[in-house]
Amino acid sequence: MNKIDKTVKRLQLKELYSGFRDAEVIKSYAVLIHKLSKNLQKPLNIMEVCGGHTHTIMKYGLKQLLPSNINFIHGPGCPVCIMPKERINHALILSKLPDVILVTLGDMIKVPGSDGSLQDARAQGADVRFVYSPMDCIKISHDNPEKKVIFFAIGFETTTPMSAALINKVVKEKIGNIIFHINHVTIPEAMALLLEDNSHNINAFIGPSHVSVISGSKIYEPFPKIYKKPVVVSGFEPVDVMKSIVMLIEQVLDNRCEVEVEYSRSVSYDGNVQAQKLNNSYFEKREHFRWRGIGDITSSALKLKPEFSFIDAEKIYEAILPTQEINDHKLCICGDILKGKASPQNCNIFGTLCKPSHPVGSCMVSSEGACAAYYKYGDIL
Amino acid sequence: MCLCIPSKITLIDKEKNSCIVDTMGVKREASLDLMEVDTLSIGDYVLIHIGFVMNKIDTEDALTSLEAFEEVLSLMDDEELEETVHKGDNCPNE
Repeated sequence: MNKIDKTVKRLQLKELYSGFRDAEVIKSYAVLIHKLSKNLQKPLNIMEVCGGHTHTIMKYGLKQLLPSNINFIHGPGCPVCIMPKERINHALILSKLPDVILVTLGDMIKVPGSDGSLQDARAQGADVRFVYSPMDCIKISHDNPEKKVIFFAIGFETTTPMSAALINKVVKEKIGNIIFHINHVTIPEAMALLLEDNSHNINAFIGPSHVSVISGSKIYEPFPKIYKKPVVVSGFEPVDVMKSIVMLIEQVLDNRCEVEVEYSRSVSYDGNVQAQKLNNSYFEKREHFRWRGIGDITSSALKLKPEFSFIDAEKIYEAILPTQEINDHKLCICGDILKGKASPQNCNIFGTLCKPSHPVGSCMVSSEGACAAYYKYGDIL
Repeated sequence: MCLCIPSKITLIDKEKNSCIVDTMGVKREASLDLMEVDTLSIGDYVLIHIGFVMNKIDTEDALTSLEAFEEVLSLMDDEELEETVHKGDNCPNE
Protein backbone atom coordinates (compact mmCIF):
# COMPACT_ATOMS: atom_id res chain seq x y z
CA MET A 1 0.00 0.00 0.00
CA ASN A 2 1.56 3.29 -1.06
CA LYS A 3 1.51 6.52 0.92
CA ILE A 4 -1.54 8.00 -0.79
CA ASP A 5 -3.54 4.78 -0.31
CA LYS A 6 -2.74 4.84 3.37
CA THR A 7 -3.77 8.45 3.66
CA VAL A 8 -7.01 7.76 1.82
CA LYS A 9 -7.66 4.94 4.27
CA ARG A 10 -7.23 7.40 7.10
CA LEU A 11 -9.40 9.99 5.43
CA GLN A 12 -12.40 10.42 7.63
CA LEU A 13 -15.87 11.36 6.46
CA LYS A 14 -15.62 14.67 8.27
CA GLU A 15 -12.50 15.71 6.40
CA LEU A 16 -14.28 15.20 3.11
CA TYR A 17 -16.34 18.29 3.80
CA SER A 18 -14.74 20.17 6.71
CA GLY A 19 -11.55 20.59 4.72
CA PHE A 20 -13.60 22.40 2.12
CA ARG A 21 -14.98 24.80 4.75
CA ASP A 22 -11.72 25.66 6.45
CA ALA A 23 -11.75 29.36 7.34
CA GLU A 24 -7.98 29.77 6.94
CA VAL A 25 -8.06 28.20 3.50
CA ILE A 26 -10.95 30.50 2.49
CA LYS A 27 -8.91 33.52 3.63
CA SER A 28 -5.84 32.27 1.80
CA TYR A 29 -7.81 32.05 -1.39
CA ALA A 30 -9.07 35.58 -0.71
CA VAL A 31 -5.45 36.76 -0.55
CA LEU A 32 -4.69 34.95 -3.78
CA ILE A 33 -7.75 36.44 -5.49
CA HIS A 34 -6.75 39.95 -4.36
CA LYS A 35 -3.26 39.44 -5.77
CA LEU A 36 -4.39 37.98 -9.09
CA SER A 37 -7.26 40.41 -9.63
CA LYS A 38 -4.88 43.38 -9.65
CA ASN A 39 -3.80 42.18 -13.10
CA LEU A 40 -7.34 42.14 -14.49
CA GLN A 41 -7.91 44.90 -17.01
CA LYS A 42 -11.65 45.09 -16.37
CA PRO A 43 -14.02 43.82 -13.70
CA LEU A 44 -14.93 40.15 -13.78
CA ASN A 45 -18.67 39.54 -13.38
CA ILE A 46 -19.21 35.90 -12.49
CA MET A 47 -22.65 34.35 -12.66
CA GLU A 48 -23.10 31.51 -10.20
CA VAL A 49 -25.83 29.68 -12.06
CA CYS A 50 -27.03 27.54 -9.19
CA GLY A 51 -29.01 28.68 -6.15
CA GLY A 52 -26.92 26.36 -3.98
CA HIS A 53 -23.87 28.47 -4.77
CA THR A 54 -25.80 31.68 -4.05
CA HIS A 55 -26.59 30.18 -0.66
CA THR A 56 -22.91 29.34 -0.02
CA ILE A 57 -21.77 32.83 -1.08
CA MET A 58 -24.25 34.47 1.30
CA LYS A 59 -23.85 32.02 4.19
CA TYR A 60 -20.06 32.30 4.30
CA GLY A 61 -19.90 36.00 3.37
CA LEU A 62 -17.62 35.28 0.42
CA LYS A 63 -18.54 38.48 -1.39
CA GLN A 64 -17.06 40.54 1.43
CA LEU A 65 -13.73 38.79 0.99
CA LEU A 66 -13.42 39.71 -2.67
CA PRO A 67 -11.91 42.79 -4.29
CA SER A 68 -14.27 45.30 -5.87
CA ASN A 69 -13.50 44.15 -9.41
CA ILE A 70 -14.87 40.64 -8.82
CA ASN A 71 -18.66 40.56 -8.77
CA PHE A 72 -21.25 37.83 -8.39
CA ILE A 73 -24.37 37.76 -10.51
CA HIS A 74 -26.94 35.39 -9.04
CA GLY A 75 -28.31 33.05 -11.69
CA PRO A 76 -31.62 31.27 -12.30
CA GLY A 77 -30.63 27.88 -10.89
CA CYS A 78 -33.41 27.34 -8.39
CA PRO A 79 -35.99 24.88 -9.75
CA VAL A 80 -38.73 25.97 -7.37
CA CYS A 81 -38.15 29.66 -8.17
CA ILE A 82 -38.47 29.30 -11.91
CA MET A 83 -41.75 27.32 -11.83
CA PRO A 84 -44.39 29.55 -13.44
CA LYS A 85 -47.64 30.11 -11.62
CA GLU A 86 -49.70 28.37 -14.29
CA ARG A 87 -47.82 25.12 -13.60
CA ILE A 88 -48.35 25.51 -9.85
CA ASN A 89 -52.02 26.03 -10.64
CA HIS A 90 -51.97 22.66 -12.40
CA ALA A 91 -50.77 21.07 -9.17
CA LEU A 92 -53.49 22.89 -7.22
CA ILE A 93 -56.22 21.77 -9.63
CA LEU A 94 -55.01 18.17 -9.59
CA SER A 95 -54.73 18.14 -5.79
CA LYS A 96 -58.39 19.09 -5.46
CA LEU A 97 -59.67 16.23 -7.62
CA PRO A 98 -61.48 13.48 -5.72
CA ASP A 99 -59.42 10.41 -4.85
CA VAL A 100 -56.13 12.06 -5.74
CA ILE A 101 -52.98 12.24 -3.63
CA LEU A 102 -50.70 14.97 -4.97
CA VAL A 103 -47.06 14.28 -4.13
CA THR A 104 -44.11 16.61 -4.60
CA LEU A 105 -40.70 17.55 -3.18
CA GLY A 106 -39.90 19.93 -0.33
CA ASP A 107 -40.23 23.65 -0.97
CA MET A 108 -42.73 23.23 -3.78
CA ILE A 109 -45.68 23.05 -1.42
CA LYS A 110 -45.01 26.59 -0.11
CA VAL A 111 -44.99 28.32 -3.47
CA PRO A 112 -48.14 30.31 -4.20
CA GLY A 113 -49.88 29.93 -7.54
CA SER A 114 -52.57 32.41 -8.48
CA ASP A 115 -54.92 30.91 -5.90
CA GLY A 116 -52.79 29.92 -2.92
CA SER A 117 -50.14 27.25 -2.46
CA LEU A 118 -50.29 23.48 -2.18
CA GLN A 119 -49.91 24.00 1.54
CA ASP A 120 -53.12 26.08 1.47
CA ALA A 121 -54.86 23.41 -0.59
CA ARG A 122 -53.86 20.84 2.03
CA ALA A 123 -55.26 23.05 4.79
CA GLN A 124 -58.53 23.10 2.83
CA GLY A 125 -58.68 19.31 2.74
CA ALA A 126 -56.70 18.27 -0.33
CA ASP A 127 -54.39 15.28 0.15
CA VAL A 128 -51.02 16.91 -0.61
CA ARG A 129 -47.84 15.23 0.56
CA PHE A 130 -44.22 16.11 0.20
CA VAL A 131 -41.68 13.35 0.13
CA TYR A 132 -38.00 12.97 0.78
CA SER A 133 -37.56 10.78 -2.28
CA PRO A 134 -39.74 10.17 -5.37
CA MET A 135 -39.55 6.45 -4.50
CA ASP A 136 -41.74 7.19 -1.46
CA CYS A 137 -44.61 7.34 -3.98
CA ILE A 138 -44.46 3.54 -4.25
CA LYS A 139 -45.41 3.08 -0.60
CA ILE A 140 -48.09 5.77 -0.80
CA SER A 141 -49.63 4.06 -3.84
CA HIS A 142 -49.44 0.67 -2.15
CA ASP A 143 -51.11 1.97 1.01
CA ASN A 144 -53.83 3.74 -1.01
CA PRO A 145 -54.82 1.38 -3.84
CA GLU A 146 -58.17 3.13 -4.32
CA LYS A 147 -56.49 6.53 -4.86
CA LYS A 148 -54.55 7.99 -7.77
CA VAL A 149 -51.08 9.24 -6.81
CA ILE A 150 -49.91 12.15 -8.95
CA PHE A 151 -46.21 12.94 -8.67
CA PHE A 152 -45.59 16.61 -9.46
CA ALA A 153 -42.00 16.28 -10.65
CA ILE A 154 -39.73 19.31 -10.43
CA GLY A 155 -36.05 20.06 -10.75
CA PHE A 156 -33.08 20.45 -13.04
CA GLU A 157 -30.87 17.71 -14.44
CA THR A 158 -30.07 16.79 -10.82
CA THR A 159 -33.50 15.37 -10.00
CA THR A 160 -34.65 14.25 -13.45
CA PRO A 161 -33.13 10.74 -13.28
CA MET A 162 -34.77 10.16 -9.90
CA SER A 163 -38.16 10.78 -11.52
CA ALA A 164 -37.10 8.52 -14.40
CA ALA A 165 -36.20 5.78 -11.93
CA LEU A 166 -39.67 6.01 -10.38
CA ILE A 167 -41.29 5.98 -13.83
CA ASN A 168 -39.16 2.95 -14.71
CA LYS A 169 -40.51 1.11 -11.67
CA VAL A 170 -44.11 2.13 -12.35
CA VAL A 171 -43.90 0.98 -15.98
CA LYS A 172 -41.92 -2.22 -15.37
CA GLU A 173 -43.99 -3.32 -12.37
CA LYS A 174 -47.26 -2.12 -13.94
CA ILE A 175 -48.20 -0.02 -10.92
CA GLY A 176 -51.56 1.31 -12.04
CA ASN A 177 -52.20 4.20 -9.69
CA ILE A 178 -49.15 6.47 -10.07
CA ILE A 179 -49.08 9.13 -12.79
CA PHE A 180 -46.79 12.09 -13.44
CA HIS A 181 -46.90 15.83 -14.03
CA ILE A 182 -43.43 16.55 -15.40
CA ASN A 183 -41.77 19.95 -14.88
CA HIS A 184 -38.11 19.07 -15.32
CA VAL A 185 -36.02 21.85 -16.83
CA THR A 186 -32.52 21.95 -18.29
CA ILE A 187 -29.95 24.58 -17.41
CA PRO A 188 -27.75 25.14 -20.51
CA GLU A 189 -30.65 26.59 -22.54
CA ALA A 190 -31.34 29.14 -19.77
CA MET A 191 -27.65 30.11 -19.58
CA ALA A 192 -27.60 30.58 -23.35
CA LEU A 193 -30.75 32.71 -23.27
CA LEU A 194 -29.15 35.06 -20.74
CA LEU A 195 -26.17 35.49 -23.07
CA GLU A 196 -28.37 36.09 -26.12
CA ASP A 197 -29.67 39.22 -24.37
CA ASN A 198 -27.41 42.04 -25.51
CA SER A 199 -27.70 43.89 -22.22
CA HIS A 200 -26.19 41.10 -20.11
CA ASN A 201 -22.95 41.78 -18.25
CA ILE A 202 -21.83 38.21 -17.55
CA ASN A 203 -18.12 37.52 -18.14
CA ALA A 204 -17.85 34.01 -16.75
CA PHE A 205 -19.83 31.21 -15.12
CA ILE A 206 -19.50 29.12 -12.01
CA GLY A 207 -21.20 25.94 -13.19
CA PRO A 208 -23.64 23.99 -10.98
CA SER A 209 -22.38 21.13 -8.83
CA HIS A 210 -25.02 18.44 -8.89
CA VAL A 211 -26.44 19.16 -12.33
CA SER A 212 -22.90 18.46 -13.52
CA VAL A 213 -22.58 15.25 -11.46
CA ILE A 214 -25.44 13.87 -13.56
CA SER A 215 -24.89 15.58 -16.93
CA GLY A 216 -21.10 15.88 -16.91
CA SER A 217 -19.10 19.01 -17.67
CA LYS A 218 -19.59 18.38 -21.40
CA ILE A 219 -22.92 20.25 -21.39
CA TYR A 220 -21.06 23.57 -20.93
CA GLU A 221 -18.82 23.20 -24.02
CA PRO A 222 -20.90 25.69 -26.07
CA PHE A 223 -20.22 28.52 -23.61
CA PRO A 224 -16.51 28.97 -24.28
CA LYS A 225 -16.85 27.88 -27.91
CA ILE A 226 -19.88 29.87 -29.02
CA TYR A 227 -20.26 32.60 -26.41
CA LYS A 228 -16.59 33.03 -25.40
CA LYS A 229 -17.42 32.68 -21.70
CA PRO A 230 -15.28 30.51 -19.43
CA VAL A 231 -17.01 28.02 -17.13
CA VAL A 232 -15.65 26.43 -13.96
CA VAL A 233 -17.81 23.70 -12.44
CA SER A 234 -17.59 24.20 -8.70
CA GLY A 235 -18.44 22.21 -5.61
CA PHE A 236 -20.86 23.69 -3.07
CA GLU A 237 -18.43 24.27 -0.24
CA PRO A 238 -16.99 27.78 0.27
CA VAL A 239 -13.42 26.72 -0.51
CA ASP A 240 -14.70 25.19 -3.75
CA VAL A 241 -16.27 28.51 -4.74
CA MET A 242 -13.14 30.53 -3.85
CA LYS A 243 -10.91 28.13 -5.75
CA SER A 244 -13.25 28.32 -8.75
CA ILE A 245 -12.94 32.12 -8.74
CA VAL A 246 -9.16 31.76 -8.83
CA MET A 247 -9.47 29.35 -11.76
CA LEU A 248 -11.71 31.80 -13.65
CA ILE A 249 -9.33 34.75 -13.04
CA GLU A 250 -6.42 32.61 -14.21
CA GLN A 251 -8.29 31.75 -17.40
CA VAL A 252 -8.83 35.44 -18.11
CA LEU A 253 -5.22 36.36 -17.31
CA ASP A 254 -3.90 33.49 -19.45
CA ASN A 255 -6.22 34.39 -22.33
CA ARG A 256 -7.82 30.99 -22.05
CA CYS A 257 -11.54 30.34 -22.37
CA GLU A 258 -12.60 26.80 -21.54
CA VAL A 259 -14.65 24.50 -19.33
CA GLU A 260 -12.75 23.45 -16.22
CA VAL A 261 -13.88 21.33 -13.30
CA GLU A 262 -12.95 22.37 -9.80
CA TYR A 263 -15.38 19.80 -8.35
CA SER A 264 -13.39 16.94 -9.82
CA ARG A 265 -13.98 14.69 -6.81
CA SER A 266 -17.55 14.28 -8.07
CA VAL A 267 -17.85 15.60 -11.63
CA SER A 268 -16.55 13.93 -14.77
CA TYR A 269 -16.72 15.05 -18.40
CA ASP A 270 -19.43 12.51 -19.25
CA GLY A 271 -21.35 12.54 -15.95
CA ASN A 272 -23.54 9.70 -14.74
CA VAL A 273 -24.18 7.80 -17.97
CA GLN A 274 -26.54 5.31 -16.32
CA ALA A 275 -28.76 8.20 -15.14
CA GLN A 276 -28.69 9.80 -18.59
CA LYS A 277 -29.77 6.47 -20.18
CA LEU A 278 -32.70 6.28 -17.79
CA ASN A 279 -33.72 9.85 -18.68
CA ASN A 280 -33.52 9.12 -22.39
CA SER A 281 -35.78 6.08 -21.99
CA TYR A 282 -38.70 8.13 -20.76
CA PHE A 283 -38.23 11.82 -21.55
CA GLU A 284 -37.93 13.98 -24.62
CA LYS A 285 -37.48 17.73 -25.04
CA ARG A 286 -40.43 20.08 -24.84
CA GLU A 287 -40.51 22.61 -27.65
CA HIS A 288 -40.44 25.37 -25.07
CA PHE A 289 -41.11 26.07 -21.40
CA ARG A 290 -41.90 29.32 -19.66
CA TRP A 291 -39.52 30.08 -16.78
CA ARG A 292 -41.02 32.21 -14.06
CA GLY A 293 -39.50 35.68 -14.21
CA ILE A 294 -37.47 34.94 -17.33
CA GLY A 295 -39.99 33.92 -19.96
CA ASP A 296 -40.24 31.32 -22.66
CA ILE A 297 -37.06 29.35 -23.38
CA THR A 298 -36.86 27.01 -26.36
CA SER A 299 -36.05 23.34 -25.61
CA SER A 300 -35.44 24.12 -21.94
CA ALA A 301 -37.59 21.40 -20.39
CA LEU A 302 -38.54 17.75 -20.66
CA LYS A 303 -41.80 15.87 -21.06
CA LEU A 304 -42.80 12.23 -21.13
CA LYS A 305 -42.42 10.52 -24.49
CA PRO A 306 -45.77 9.97 -26.28
CA GLU A 307 -45.73 6.21 -25.63
CA PHE A 308 -46.02 6.99 -21.91
CA SER A 309 -49.08 9.24 -22.25
CA PHE A 310 -51.00 6.69 -20.15
CA ILE A 311 -49.07 7.96 -17.10
CA ASP A 312 -48.87 11.61 -18.19
CA ALA A 313 -51.18 13.77 -16.04
CA GLU A 314 -50.94 16.62 -18.55
CA LYS A 315 -52.47 14.33 -21.20
CA ILE A 316 -54.93 12.55 -18.94
CA TYR A 317 -56.29 15.79 -17.47
CA GLU A 318 -55.68 18.00 -20.51
CA ALA A 319 -59.30 19.23 -20.49
CA ILE A 320 -59.08 20.74 -17.00
CA LEU A 321 -55.52 22.12 -17.00
CA PRO A 322 -55.43 25.71 -18.33
CA THR A 323 -52.46 26.86 -20.36
CA GLN A 324 -52.93 30.60 -19.91
CA GLU A 325 -49.74 32.33 -18.71
CA ILE A 326 -49.82 34.13 -15.35
CA ASN A 327 -47.24 36.79 -14.59
CA ASP A 328 -45.90 37.98 -11.26
CA HIS A 329 -46.93 41.17 -9.47
CA LYS A 330 -45.77 44.24 -11.38
CA LEU A 331 -43.68 45.49 -8.43
CA CYS A 332 -41.67 42.26 -8.40
CA ILE A 333 -38.27 42.42 -10.14
CA CYS A 334 -37.43 38.72 -9.89
CA GLY A 335 -37.15 38.58 -13.67
CA ASP A 336 -34.28 41.06 -13.62
CA ILE A 337 -32.71 39.32 -10.61
CA LEU A 338 -32.85 35.93 -12.35
CA LYS A 339 -31.27 37.51 -15.43
CA GLY A 340 -28.50 39.02 -13.30
CA LYS A 341 -29.56 42.61 -14.05
CA ALA A 342 -30.64 43.52 -10.50
CA SER A 343 -29.98 42.54 -6.91
CA PRO A 344 -32.61 41.87 -4.27
CA GLN A 345 -31.84 45.23 -2.61
CA ASN A 346 -32.90 46.98 -5.81
CA CYS A 347 -36.45 45.74 -5.26
CA ASN A 348 -38.90 48.12 -3.59
CA ILE A 349 -40.84 45.33 -1.90
CA PHE A 350 -37.86 43.19 -0.77
CA GLY A 351 -38.19 42.47 2.94
CA THR A 352 -41.37 44.51 3.27
CA LEU A 353 -44.25 43.23 1.17
CA CYS A 354 -42.17 40.28 0.02
CA LYS A 355 -40.77 37.97 2.73
CA PRO A 356 -40.17 34.23 2.98
CA SER A 357 -43.41 33.93 4.98
CA HIS A 358 -45.34 35.82 2.27
CA PRO A 359 -43.35 35.56 -0.95
CA VAL A 360 -44.52 37.76 -3.81
CA GLY A 361 -41.88 36.76 -6.29
CA SER A 362 -40.13 33.60 -7.27
CA CYS A 363 -36.72 34.39 -5.73
CA MET A 364 -38.22 34.58 -2.25
CA VAL A 365 -40.15 31.32 -2.37
CA SER A 366 -37.35 28.84 -1.96
CA SER A 367 -34.35 28.89 0.35
CA GLU A 368 -32.20 28.64 -2.79
CA GLY A 369 -33.63 31.82 -4.28
CA ALA A 370 -31.43 34.93 -4.29
CA CYS A 371 -33.95 37.05 -2.34
CA ALA A 372 -34.46 34.36 0.29
CA ALA A 373 -30.67 34.03 0.72
CA TYR A 374 -30.28 37.81 1.08
CA TYR A 375 -33.19 37.92 3.53
CA LYS A 376 -31.81 35.08 5.64
CA TYR A 377 -28.18 36.19 5.76
CA GLY A 378 -28.77 39.91 6.01
CA ASP A 379 -28.70 42.88 3.72
CA ILE A 380 -24.97 43.32 4.10
CA LEU A 381 -23.62 43.60 0.60
CA MET B 1 -31.54 22.27 -1.29
CA CYS B 2 -28.62 20.39 -2.67
CA LEU B 3 -26.22 19.06 -0.06
CA CYS B 4 -22.79 17.80 -0.81
CA ILE B 5 -21.95 16.21 2.49
CA PRO B 6 -20.47 12.83 1.65
CA SER B 7 -22.19 9.68 2.86
CA LYS B 8 -20.45 6.38 3.51
CA ILE B 9 -21.94 3.10 2.33
CA THR B 10 -22.37 0.69 5.24
CA LEU B 11 -24.56 -1.99 3.65
CA ILE B 12 -25.58 -3.02 0.14
CA ASP B 13 -28.86 -4.85 -0.55
CA LYS B 14 -28.46 -6.34 -4.03
CA GLU B 15 -32.01 -7.69 -4.13
CA LYS B 16 -33.56 -4.26 -3.54
CA ASN B 17 -30.74 -2.52 -5.44
CA SER B 18 -30.33 -0.14 -2.53
CA CYS B 19 -27.82 0.61 0.19
CA ILE B 20 -27.63 1.98 3.71
CA VAL B 21 -25.47 5.06 4.05
CA ASP B 22 -24.09 6.95 7.01
CA THR B 23 -24.31 10.73 6.66
CA MET B 24 -22.68 12.41 9.65
CA GLY B 25 -23.92 9.61 11.87
CA VAL B 26 -27.41 9.47 10.42
CA LYS B 27 -28.21 6.16 8.75
CA ARG B 28 -30.59 6.09 5.82
CA GLU B 29 -31.50 4.02 2.81
CA ALA B 30 -30.65 5.13 -0.71
CA SER B 31 -31.54 3.64 -4.09
CA LEU B 32 -28.80 2.37 -6.39
CA ASP B 33 -30.99 2.63 -9.50
CA LEU B 34 -28.84 5.41 -10.98
CA MET B 35 -25.59 3.48 -10.58
CA GLU B 36 -24.10 0.81 -12.83
CA VAL B 37 -24.37 -2.62 -11.21
CA ASP B 38 -21.46 -3.65 -8.97
CA THR B 39 -19.61 -0.32 -9.14
CA LEU B 40 -19.91 0.43 -5.43
CA SER B 41 -18.58 -1.28 -2.33
CA ILE B 42 -19.05 -0.96 1.39
CA GLY B 43 -16.88 1.91 2.64
CA ASP B 44 -17.20 3.98 -0.54
CA TYR B 45 -18.13 7.64 -0.18
CA VAL B 46 -21.09 8.77 -2.25
CA LEU B 47 -23.34 11.77 -2.77
CA ILE B 48 -27.01 11.26 -2.01
CA HIS B 49 -29.78 13.32 -3.55
CA ILE B 50 -33.48 12.81 -2.82
CA GLY B 51 -32.99 9.20 -1.80
CA PHE B 52 -30.62 8.14 -4.59
CA VAL B 53 -26.90 7.59 -4.84
CA MET B 54 -25.78 10.06 -7.53
CA ASN B 55 -22.12 9.18 -7.79
CA LYS B 56 -19.09 7.77 -6.08
CA ILE B 57 -16.82 10.46 -4.66
CA ASP B 58 -13.24 10.16 -5.80
CA THR B 59 -11.59 10.24 -2.36
CA GLU B 60 -8.12 10.33 -3.84
CA ASP B 61 -9.09 13.44 -5.79
CA ALA B 62 -10.58 14.99 -2.63
CA LEU B 63 -7.36 14.27 -0.79
CA THR B 64 -5.32 15.88 -3.56
CA SER B 65 -7.52 18.99 -3.22
CA LEU B 66 -7.02 19.05 0.54
CA GLU B 67 -3.26 18.79 0.03
CA ALA B 68 -3.38 21.62 -2.49
CA PHE B 69 -5.06 23.76 0.16
CA GLU B 70 -2.00 23.35 2.34
CA GLU B 71 0.03 24.97 -0.42
CA VAL B 72 -2.41 27.86 -0.70
CA LEU B 73 -2.24 28.32 3.07
CA SER B 74 1.53 28.55 2.90
CA LEU B 75 1.24 31.41 0.39
CA MET B 76 -0.49 33.58 2.92
CA ASP B 77 1.40 35.65 5.44
CA ASP B 78 -0.26 37.40 8.34
CA GLU B 79 0.27 40.86 6.94
CA GLU B 80 -1.49 40.00 3.70
CA LEU B 81 -4.30 38.35 5.55
CA GLU B 82 -4.76 41.43 7.70
CA GLU B 83 -4.83 43.62 4.63
CA THR B 84 -7.26 41.45 2.73
CA VAL B 85 -9.72 40.68 5.43
CA HIS B 86 -9.74 43.92 7.39
CA LYS B 87 -8.84 46.57 4.89
CA GLY B 88 -10.39 45.07 1.78
CA ASP B 89 -12.31 47.61 -0.27
CA ASN B 90 -15.47 45.60 0.13
CA CYS B 91 -15.21 45.01 3.84
CA PRO B 92 -18.44 45.94 5.63
CA ASN B 93 -16.58 46.63 8.87
CA GLU B 94 -14.68 49.52 7.43
